[in-house]
Amino acid sequence: MRRRLLIVIMTMIAAGFAAPAMGQEPAPSDDQVNEIAGDLYCPVCPNTPLDVCETLACSEWREQIREQIASGMSESEITDYFVEQYGERVLAKPRRSGFSLVLWILPLVGVGVGLIALGGVLRTWRREQEPEAANTADDSAVSAEMRQRIEEELRNLS
Amino acid sequence: MQERLPVGTRSRLRTLVGFSSILALLGLLALLGWGLRQTHAAQPDDGMAPGFTLTSFDGETTSLEELRGKVVIINFWASWCIPCRAEADDLEAMSRKYADDVVFIGVDYADTEKGALKFIEEYGITYFNGPDLGTRIASEYRIKSVPETFYVGKNGELQGLRIGPLSPGELEFKILELLDDR
Repeated sequence: MRRRLLIVIMTMIAAGFAAPAMGQEPAPSDDQVNEIAGDLYCPVCPNTPLDVCETLACSEWREQIREQIASGMSESEITDYFVEQYGERVLAKPRRSGFSLVLWILPLVGVGVGLIALGGVLRTWRREQEPEAANTADDSAVSAEMRQRIEEELRNLS
Repeated sequence: MQERLPVGTRSRLRTLVGFSSILALLGLLALLGWGLRQTHAAQPDDGMAPGFTLTSFDGETTSLEELRGKVVIINFWASWCIPCRAEADDLEAMSRKYADDVVFIGVDYADTEKGALKFIEEYGITYFNGPDLGTRIASEYRIKSVPETFYVGKNGELQGLRIGPLSPGELEFKILELLDDR
């Protein structure tokens, strides 16, 4: 009986020590923070990614990301929060929806139009060169014939 | 042997591609022009003050339109901004002194809520303060940095702005000028 009581007490003590250790999540690492911060721009320093920005403001924002990760927010929830607070300009990559979609489509359209134009130019050049090549071939044929006639004429003369 | 398109179709296709290319180029140039104009547009310092609605850190909401008839001081600030600290005490003192006639609005620009609340507590700021969500108000007023202070007359028109921290006595001088302007 006494032995059982001892085991119960020992188990409760062990559980008491283990509970806080199990409940305490480790703080999000710098890598976890920078993974999200790298996709965001500093809202006040032009063209500076948040993960490398050295201003006080940026360090506060990184700390905020750390707290948000610790509170269980997902990457997209954190990104949405930043967009709501500071506008879409904080996004390193524009969203593939709404007006931002134009920023993704426009370069592709540009490349497409460029390729079509290049194809057109190349075709035109080839077409211009074909008759020249044909003419050159004809010229050489005539020359050979002429050469033969000249040789014959020369032979007749002699 | 590659089949060639009829001459008429080829010509129409070439015109279409050329026209589309020119159109795309013009569109791109227009976009660039618009962007440049937005970037280099002057800050508003007269005419009607751009309207806005702001929700404070306490959850109260105010709009510039409903403050017509009163002098309004709009101050853009941030907790990370060092010069904002230099003018914080003066702004608070003036807001208390002219509480009956002048409305002070603090617009917290690109800040963390935690940092902003700490700043407000540190300087004992009691006037209306709220975060500029999406930096929409800052865009309307085309602010270049913080702090910036805009003066709005009783008629709702802008009566000038101050870029950078306010020097001692400057704000009170301006307030008296605006209160005298009937």
